[in-house]
Amino acid sequence: MTLLAEILVSVLIVAAGFFGLVGSYGLAKLPDLMTRLHAPTKASTLGIGGILIASMIWALMSGHGFSSHELLITLFIFLTAPITANFLAKSHLHRRIERRESLPAPEDGASWATFEAPEATHRDEPSSIAAARLRGEQE
Amino acid sequence: MPIARRLLPHPILTAMLTVVWVLLVNDYSPGVFAFGLILGLIIPLITAPFWQDRPRVRQPLRIVEYGLVVLYDIVVANIEVALLILFKRNRDLRPCFISIPLELTAPEAITVLAGTITMTPGTVSADISADGHALLVHCLHAPDGEAVANQIKQRYEGRLKEIFE
Repeated sequence: MTLLAEILVSVLIVAAGFFGLVGSYGLAKLPDLMTRLHAPTKASTLGIGGILIASMIWALMSGHGFSSHELLITLFIFLTAPITANFLAKSHLHRRIERRESLPAPEDGASWATFEAPEATHRDEPSSIAAARLRGEQE
Repeated sequence: MPIARRLLPHPILTAMLTVVWVLLVNDYSPGVFAFGLILGLIIPLITAPFWQDRPRVRQPLRIVEYGLVVLYDIVVANIEVALLILFKRNRDLRPCFISIPLELTAPEAITVLAGTITMTPGTVSADISADGHALLVHCLHAPDGEAVANQIKQRYEGRLKEIFE
């Protein structure tokens, strides 16, 4: 491996470590759940990305050939991170009932989807049975 | 061509599955490619009922452009958020929720937009309105929520509109 590649890989790893650290620090420092959500979804993306690029360059330069798993890890992170953040945000909206009034309303007067869920009467009732029962009550 | 359509209901998914399979195995021999292609042909056939009203992708090449724009924004996002975390005191932060009216109608396009918003500068998409016409977005630091909404609309939604509709 050439000196240049070694320097490049080292710089990438150090930068990635820095961004990962900042993400963790943000998680500890920011004041509430919604702001904390920003730290791990952003700052650590570049942290992981830097490590993965460094790994690819290292594999390429040290004679292991082109390694594609890093690309897939990136793809799967891009698929899963927004969904996780979305679920956390939704459950946060439900737990903070008093904040519901402070949310901006959609412009056409509808409400946000997460508050539109039908009220379940029986705690363990599967949704298909609940839907059938509701239809029966309406008729 | 109805027969080609029936055998190959979702050509993009076929290509995607083949590529992902080859990348997963991390070996570029014809055998691996052939097996990936078999998976890529069978899986869309089996899952076809789930894709009934999927939108047509009008301009596949624009997806590459969109991907590059988003990648660039993610790098900028990381640096901006890192600076906010390190140098902004908590009481100076102006976090807020904003509502972004949507022009997109295809669920797939809205999903891509919501994912993009979460991955880029200081914004997380939190919810969609019950009728699907607006997104609820949380900003980490947005003294001017209107400007953020406008930027998202023209930078991402405009491009997605060209790709999907």
